[in-house]
Amino acid sequence: MQTDSSTSRAHWRDNLRVMGILLAVWAFVSFGLGIVLVEPLNRFSLGGFPLGFWFAQQGSIYVFVVLILVYAVWMDRIDRRHDVHESDDA
Amino acid sequence: MSIQAWTYLIVGLTFGLYIGIAVWSRVGTTSGFYVAGRGVPPLANGMATGADWMSAASFISMAGLVSFMGYTGTIYLMGWTGGYVLLALLLAPYLRKYGRYTVPEFVGDRYYSQTARLVAVFCAIFVSFTYVAGQMRGVGVVFSRFLEVDVNVGVIIGVAIVFFYAVMGGMRGITYTQVAQYCVLIVAYVVPAAAISFKLTGNPVPQLGFGADLIEGPRAGVALLEALDGIHRDLGLPEYTAAWVPGKKSMIDVLAITMALMAGTAGLPHVLIRFYTVPNARAARWSVMWALVFIALLYTTAPAVAAFARVNLIQTLHEKPYTEAPPWVKTWEETGLLEFTDRNGDGLIQLGTESENELRVDRDIMVLANPEIANLPAWVVALIAAGALAAALSTAAGLLLVISASVSHDFFKSIVWRDMSPADELRMARIAAGFAVVIAGILGIYPPGFVAQVVAFAFGLAAASFFPVLLLGIFSKRTTKEGAIAGMLTGIGFTASYIVYFKWIAAENSADYWLFGISPEGIGTIGMLLNFAVMLTVSRFTEPPPQVVQELVEMVRLPGVREDG
Repeated sequence: MQTDSSTSRAHWRDNLRVMGILLAVWAFVSFGLGIVLVEPLNRFSLGGFPLGFWFAQQGSIYVFVVLILVYAVWMDRIDRRHDVHESDDA
Repeated sequence: MSIQAWTYLIVGLTFGLYIGIAVWSRVGTTSGFYVAGRGVPPLANGMATGADWMSAASFISMAGLVSFMGYTGTIYLMGWTGGYVLLALLLAPYLRKYGRYTVPEFVGDRYYSQTARLVAVFCAIFVSFTYVAGQMRGVGVVFSRFLEVDVNVGVIIGVAIVFFYAVMGGMRGITYTQVAQYCVLIVAYVVPAAAISFKLTGNPVPQLGFGADLIEGPRAGVALLEALDGIHRDLGLPEYTAAWVPGKKSMIDVLAITMALMAGTAGLPHVLIRFYTVPNARAARWSVMWALVFIALLYTTAPAVAAFARVNLIQTLHEKPYTEAPPWVKTWEETGLLEFTDRNGDGLIQLGTESENELRVDRDIMVLANPEIANLPAWVVALIAAGALAAALSTAAGLLLVISASVSHDFFKSIVWRDMSPADELRMARIAAGFAVVIAGILGIYPPGFVAQVVAFAFGLAAASFFPVLLLGIFSKRTTKEGAIAGMLTGIGFTASYIVYFKWIAAENSADYWLFGISPEGIGTIGMLLNFAVMLTVSRFTEPPPQVVQELVEMVRLPGVREDG
């Protein structure tokens, strides 16, 4: 299968947009909520956790997993839209 | 049955399993040896990556480190998991699409330069050897503590096992043993954690028990972390959950170290190469997702274990008479990992600030002695030994494959003996793997003093060298070979000099003297930024890459279109 360069450019543009959104969340949760804002957030609590501490040692890791899951699902849709989808048994 | 009998049984069974898998998965082609024939399903590769990534240090030392650092332990928890987001979004799918066999090979092709490839080979081998020596040492230490054999005998047994399945099965053998090793290590980690969580809080899920109320002891009914903060206040120590207090790291340093660990994780060759083994770019994306799920299982349990162990240790021992201390105190004192000095001569154990503390506790105890501290049955203690061995052996095997492929494929095949036949290359790869295992064993028996120091900095060096070169190689068509070489040398040169200066030359290694208050552990972040800056600047003023390289970048970016054959 050959793909022309306009497909290639459009696919790449969509990919970059998804990536930008997800990396912004990644940076905000880890460096923002887990580190820079940890003390103000610690005034609130989540169950028995100070909130900032929870984000630093638990929440950020859950968010990382969800971000990659969203990326994989979203990219599957983008691949399909541009007809460059790969099957499970390449 | 005694702890030792149980340990022999469980370790023996797991080793038998690894050998069985090795026999079943032996390979006869270079593709099988380097990338497991690219047929590994994403889920299995996720498990293998988890075991590949989580080393003896993650398994044995991390919870203990976090336990002593409190909030600041976040640098490891977030740094070593957040890197997977970078890996999934920025590197893994594209490197898989590129195809071929190794990371230096990508660097060489993308930067149309054998020099760049050689620099990458050198970095890959250096990082992998320092890392692998630590794993072999870990194998030896576990053997000596749990089976009472000499450390060196332990190392030799470890070498023999890895030699068998790495040389015979290559990447395919390593992959499927890693899947088994992941299962062993995660069960070994989670079972004791759940038991301790249940004992302290009545909730068997450590991630929830971490935030629940204590159900026993003088602070019953108080939330675990609140109780821990209170205990620390009473002892005159900074609160466990407090972030920016004297005696802990500063915000800028925490930011820099976390970033360096994240970028370093994404740039480590033995992790990257795992994503060459799946069928396509899409499988690579899903595979990183599974890898992080499996890693997160341990990494979200670790901080809970850290807090439980801290509460347990202080409540069990503080102000208690030494003569009435539980038996595990004596056992671990014999290994030298625990030390009691009765400074005020009252016969009681006092914990507290540096000047008053009477019990020196090695961080490794927090995981290794946890089952004993919590009074769990002997088979759980034995499970910990098998888990620690699985963590160390799986990481060692992954690193050895990187060394073997770098030597046979990136050095001999591409530079020394270009028309080597596939059969000869396979033989060469096996010989290189065999030599690498033996050298790793020797480094494990005679660990050079710098190993422990260097392993901690391997991430900073990977962040400052590999990460920017790979990232810009995919995201910019304009970066040139001159830019890449200048960038790598600047990044690694700056980072290495800063570390060497503060660790071995400067009289003072403290925040007052550091650049922007960033410690040597975090300086890789600055090295990485310098690498980016130099690479982009030099590329602007040098000849653009040839057409074929620009087409390579186009090809790598788009899934589905197969041109690598």
